[in-house]
Amino acid sequence: MSIDKNQVKKVAKLSRISLEDSKLESLSKDLASILNFVEQLNKLDTKKIEPLSSIVDKTLEPRTDKINDGKIKKDILKNSPDKNEDFFIVPKVVE
Amino acid sequence: MSDFNKNSLSEIAKLIKSKKVSSLEVTNHYIKNIKNGKKLNSFITTCFDEAIKKAKEFDNKKDFNGLLPGIPMAIKDLFCTKDVKTTAGSKILENFIPTYESSVTHNLWSEGAILLGKLNCDEFAMGSSNETSFFGNVINPLGKDLVPGGSSGGSASALAANLTPATIGTDTGGSIRQPASFTGTVGLKPTYGLCSRWGIVAFASSLDQAGPMTKNVEDCALMLEAISGYDKKDSTSINKKKENYSKNLNQKINGLKIGIPKEYRVTDMPQEIENIWKKGIDILKKSGAKIVDISLPHTKYALPTYYIVAPAEASSNLARYDGVKYGYRSKKGKNLVEMYENTRGEGFGDEVKRRVLIGTYVLSSGYYDAYYLKAQKVRRLIKNDFDETFKNIDAILTPSTPSSAFKIGEKTNDPISMYLNDIFTVPVNLAGIPAISIPAGLDNKGNPLGLQLISKALDEQKILNIAYAMEKSIAFKQSLSRWWE
Repeated sequence: MSIDKNQVKKVAKLSRISLEDSKLESLSKDLASILNFVEQLNKLDTKKIEPLSSIVDKTLEPRTDKINDGKIKKDILKNSPDKNEDFFIVPKVVE
Repeated sequence: MSDFNKNSLSEIAKLIKSKKVSSLEVTNHYIKNIKNGKKLNSFITTCFDEAIKKAKEFDNKKDFNGLLPGIPMAIKDLFCTKDVKTTAGSKILENFIPTYESSVTHNLWSEGAILLGKLNCDEFAMGSSNETSFFGNVINPLGKDLVPGGSSGGSASALAANLTPATIGTDTGGSIRQPASFTGTVGLKPTYGLCSRWGIVAFASSLDQAGPMTKNVEDCALMLEAISGYDKKDSTSINKKKENYSKNLNQKINGLKIGIPKEYRVTDMPQEIENIWKKGIDILKKSGAKIVDISLPHTKYALPTYYIVAPAEASSNLARYDGVKYGYRSKKGKNLVEMYENTRGEGFGDEVKRRVLIGTYVLSSGYYDAYYLKAQKVRRLIKNDFDETFKNIDAILTPSTPSSAFKIGEKTNDPISMYLNDIFTVPVNLAGIPAISIPAGLDNKGNPLGLQLISKALDEQKILNIAYAMEKSIAFKQSLSRWWE
């Protein structure tokens, strides 16, 4: 599997990570070597195997739809890099 | 001042409980060691004033029944600690101060432990050498140029250098057991769901588990007892009665069947690793255990499976670092999307970026079935191997790592060579079962090598007991020159 600079750019866009152009070359090499490595799995026939997504053999327990904490607005806003008394502040979204 | 460097956690707990020494004396001893241990770079944050205050409060108590009476302790900086900075080794969380406490650390403090500080780790626990931390490399107390392993490298280094009497780490693919092996200490990855994940900075949620790192097996049992238990705040927490691992610890392993998986005899395995494995087998035989050759046929597919599943989960978990609700925010960017991109571009280190990109790639449209779904299917085959073999045996013995601690910078240029470090530890995480690494001897350079014991889910007591019996026969001793002081 080879992965070129444009593909790296596309995945970076999907991941919302800005990359310096100077890093694209080495990153595409790294990603290609990782993908090559994981492609060993293709040697296995898994047609009849069910995928395993959780190793805990239980279904999620329902709980009552009840507020169990709250009034923690200050706590929630405390670590925000930009906020006012009630909201997180972000760059303008709608023109 | 008394010197507690030779004492185990269990011994110190007894000394404090019987009022032979005070929590303050012990706390001051470790604070002194931490101040003298700066060269190891194992700490990101220290909280000495608060620790001294809590130690004094503890000493004024009349009686105390907790498992960790007034024990000062440093922990991996992946556990959220209320009002104490928690960075996960990342620039993006450089100034993050949680307003809540992780369940596992909450359990430690309820048992009487006192927080000394937060320990360095690979960024978001992604690494096997503690070289990906934004806060710099951690040094292995065994040698100035050696890595301590990772990702719980700060935990292992601080423990081996007596900067903390015991600690906790997290293990997603070997992050407790590999650094334990590299530093001559004991590390246990519990059954998935035995310890709550609530309040731990998430890396790969279906694999992450918190676990103890200690100087000996007795301490390990004590720490596991302290941190384990059902937590309704973690939807994958197992609802069962808490076990008394330390009280039930014994060395009776006569008649137990121990499997030796042939697939762990990997190509190019150093003779020293083979020798230490043989030594472990001989010890078990002498203790009356039965040695059985077993096969776990899909072992070689564990690492490639892991490097699809873990990055996929990481890419989704790390989506939360967007510069809005907490953490670092870039000043660059004309709009919201550019702000996200620059925040993450500047805030994440290279290894984290690699894994988020791989994870996003394997989950992206057109590749999902070929990579992610395929890996989930192979994961089932790996789990089935273990399920099948544990019908006939009690535990499995393997080496913990394919080498002893390597040199700083030796593997940083080649991600795959770094990933191969986890070849013996990763299968256990994929299967959700417990494993313990204990120091078993030294290689010809004088560096420790570990052996790993694996059991079926929730059989921690059994591997603790086998480890306890082996520890006695191995009689591993490590005396460090304390060159860093």
